[in-house]
Amino acid sequence: MEKQKTMIEDISRELYDIKNADVARYKTQKGLTPDIVCEISKQKNEPDWMLAHRLKSLEHYNKIKMPAWGPSLDELDMSQIVTYVRPNTDMKNSWNDIPEDIKETFDRLGIPKAEKESLAGVGAQYDSEVVYHNVKQDLLNQGVIYTDMESAVQEHEDIVRELFMKLVPPTDHKFAALHGAVWSGGSFVYVPEGVHVSIPLQSYFRLNAPGAGQFEHTLIVVEKNASLHFIEGCSAPKYNQLNLHAGCVELYVRENAKLRYSTIENWSKNMMNLNTKRASVEKNGTIEWISGTFGSHITMLYPSSMLKGEGAKSEFTGITFASSGQHLDTGTKVFHMAPNTSSTINSRSISKDGGKSIYRSSVTITPKATGSKSSVICESLMLDNESRADTIPVMDIQNDQVDIGHEAKIGRISDEAVFYLMTRGLSEEEAKAMIVRGFVEPIAKELPLEYAVEMNRLITLELEGTIG
Amino acid sequence: MQKNLLEIKDLKATVEGKLILNGVDLTIRPGEVHVLMGPNGAGKSTLANVIMGDPRFEVEEGNIVFEGEDISKEKPDARARKGIFLSFQAPEEIPGVTLENFLRASRAACSGKPVKIFAFKDELSENMKALGMDEAYAKRYLNVGFSGGEKKKSEILQLAMMNPKLAILDETDSGLDVDAVKLISENIARFRNENNAILIITHITKILQNLPIDYVHVLADGKIVKTGDASIVDTIVQEGFSSVLG
Repeated sequence: MEKQKTMIEDISRELYDIKNADVARYKTQKGLTPDIVCEISKQKNEPDWMLAHRLKSLEHYNKIKMPAWGPSLDELDMSQIVTYVRPNTDMKNSWNDIPEDIKETFDRLGIPKAEKESLAGVGAQYDSEVVYHNVKQDLLNQGVIYTDMESAVQEHEDIVRELFMKLVPPTDHKFAALHGAVWSGGSFVYVPEGVHVSIPLQSYFRLNAPGAGQFEHTLIVVEKNASLHFIEGCSAPKYNQLNLHAGCVELYVRENAKLRYSTIENWSKNMMNLNTKRASVEKNGTIEWISGTFGSHITMLYPSSMLKGEGAKSEFTGITFASSGQHLDTGTKVFHMAPNTSSTINSRSISKDGGKSIYRSSVTITPKATGSKSSVICESLMLDNESRADTIPVMDIQNDQVDIGHEAKIGRISDEAVFYLMTRGLSEEEAKAMIVRGFVEPIAKELPLEYAVEMNRLITLELEGTIG
Repeated sequence: MQKNLLEIKDLKATVEGKLILNGVDLTIRPGEVHVLMGPNGAGKSTLANVIMGDPRFEVEEGNIVFEGEDISKEKPDARARKGIFLSFQAPEEIPGVTLENFLRASRAACSGKPVKIFAFKDELSENMKALGMDEAYAKRYLNVGFSGGEKKKSEILQLAMMNPKLAILDETDSGLDVDAVKLISENIARFRNENNAILIITHITKILQNLPIDYVHVLADGKIVKTGDASIVDTIVQEGFSSVLG
C-alpha cells in the first residue's frame, strides 16, 4: 500500500485460445477483387440482386476513405485478409451431426449447455458460415423465424430484399461497404405481431481460421406488440496475424415492440473489430442495447438507435475492459427524430496494464423531437498508471423543449476508499476488487447471468495477487 | 494488574514530511472508556488514523503495541482483524457495493470462515433496529447518498457487527441532531463491556452521557498535555481549552 502500483498483469484467456486445425472446405484467395466477391456469391447460390448488391458495395469500398478519426487502422492490410472461409460442414440442427473439432469448440464455450438450460434457440457460426441452428418448436408454432442469413435470403427473400442494408447502407462508411461486398453468415430473426419470445435466442460467432475476416449479418424484425431478447457472443483464438471482424446488425423494432440486444465480445487480441449496429424504433417501441467489449486489439463500435416514432425509447448499457495492447473505442449514437422520445446511456469503462479505453457517444435531438429526454452517464476507471481513458460525449440539441442530463467521470481507485475497506478487515486485493466490482455493478446486473458470473470471475482473477 | 490492550510509546508521525504527532504516550486497558479532546489541528484524527495504519502517515519514532504485540508495521486489514476499529469522521462512499454485502465480506475476512447467512441476517436486522435504521439501507450502496447522520449510523452499525476489542470513534457525534446523538450514544453503551475499550474523540459532550468515563486526555501540538478524570470535560466545556493548557 505504501508504493503506488503502476502495472497490473494480464489474465489468461486459455479457454478462448484453443485453436483447431484449419481444415476449411473452401477459402477465397487473400485480398479483395470482384472475382472473389462473385465467387462468394456463387458458393451461396444467391439471387442476382444480392450479387449486384455485393458488387456495388465493392465499388463503394474502393472509393470510400478510411475513417479519419478514432484509433489508427494502419495495421490493417486488406490484401492479407481472407474474406471467406467455408467450414467443413453444412448447417445442422443437431450438435451430433457437426464435425468433432467444431463441436468441441462450442462445447468448451458452453453453448450446447446454455441451449439446454436457458435459451429458446441457438445459432453457431464457425468462420464464415453458420454450422448449427435450432429453435424450440413452440416458437416455430407461433411463427417465429430464427435461421442463418443465407437461408433467409433464399426462403424469406421478400423481407430480406426490403430490409437488408437499408439501415446501414454500404455508403455509410468504408467497413459497411466492405461488409456489403463480402458478408457471410449471421442470423435472421422474425418475431410476428403480438408474439413474446420470453426466453432469449443466442447466436455465437467463432472465428478459427488465421488471417481471416468474419462478416456476419444479423437482421432482426420484431413486429408490432412483440418482444425478444437476443444474445450475441463472439470469440476467437489468438494468432500472430491480424484478423478482421466487420459484422453488421440491423434491427427493426416496430410499434410498441421491445427488443433487448445483448452482446458479449471476447475476441482475441489480434482482432480488428469494426462492427456496425443500428436499430430503427417505431412509435412507443423500445430498443435496449447491452454491450460488453472485453477482447480485440482495436474496436470501433457504436450501436445506434434511430428513434423514428413518437414515444420511442433507447437504453444503452455498456461495459468496456481494455488491457495490454488494446485500444477500445466504444459508445453509442442516438437520433431523436420524433416527439417524446427518450434515451438513456449508461457506460463504464476500465483500462489496465497499458490498455486504452475511449468512450465516444453522440446524441442528436432534431427540431421535431420536442418533449424528448436524454440522460448520459459515462464513467471510466484506470487501474494503474500505464493505462489511458477518455470520454467524448457529444450532444446536438436542436430544439429547446427537451430534458437532458449528463455526467462524465474519469478516475482511479481512490486510496482513501481502499483504506476504508481495509479497516474493515479486507485485504488490499479484496478491497480493490470490491471497488471495481461495485464500479461495474450497474452494468453487470444487466448482463445475461452466465456472462455476469464470467465478468466477476475476470475481475477477481485480474486483481487477486497481482497488486503489490 | 490487568494487561494493557493498547500501549503507545513516544509516537511521532509525519504526513508529507510534516510532523503531526510529536511523542504521544497512551495506555488503554480492557473495560476502559477514554476521551480525547483538543483544539482543531492538534492531531486527534491523525492519532486515530495512525493507530489504524493509514498509509498516508509515516511513523517516525515510537511504537504501537496491541495486546502485547508491536503492530506499527502491520497493514490496516491486519489491525482490523486483530480487533481495532475506527469510526471515520467522513466515511467513504463505495458505489455498487451494498451495505449488507460489504458487512458480509468484512465478516468473512475477519473470521476467515464462511458466513452463516441466516444468523448473519438476523444479527444485522437486530443491530439496524437498535440504531433506528430502516432495513432498506442494507440493500443500499455503502454510504452512497446517505445523509451525515445516516453515515454515522452506518459506522456504528459496522462497529456493532465487527465487535472489536478497541473502538476508536472520531467525532462520531459531529453534525448530528440531538436524537441521533442519543441513539448513537446508547448504542455505544450497548457495545461496551469489561473486555473491550473505547477511545472517543469529541468536541461536544452529549455523546458521553450514557458512558462511564475513565480518562480524559487533552492533545495539543501533537502531544498529550493533560490527563485526568471526567471533570476535565466540564472545565473545558465551560472555560475553553486555555483553562487546561495553561
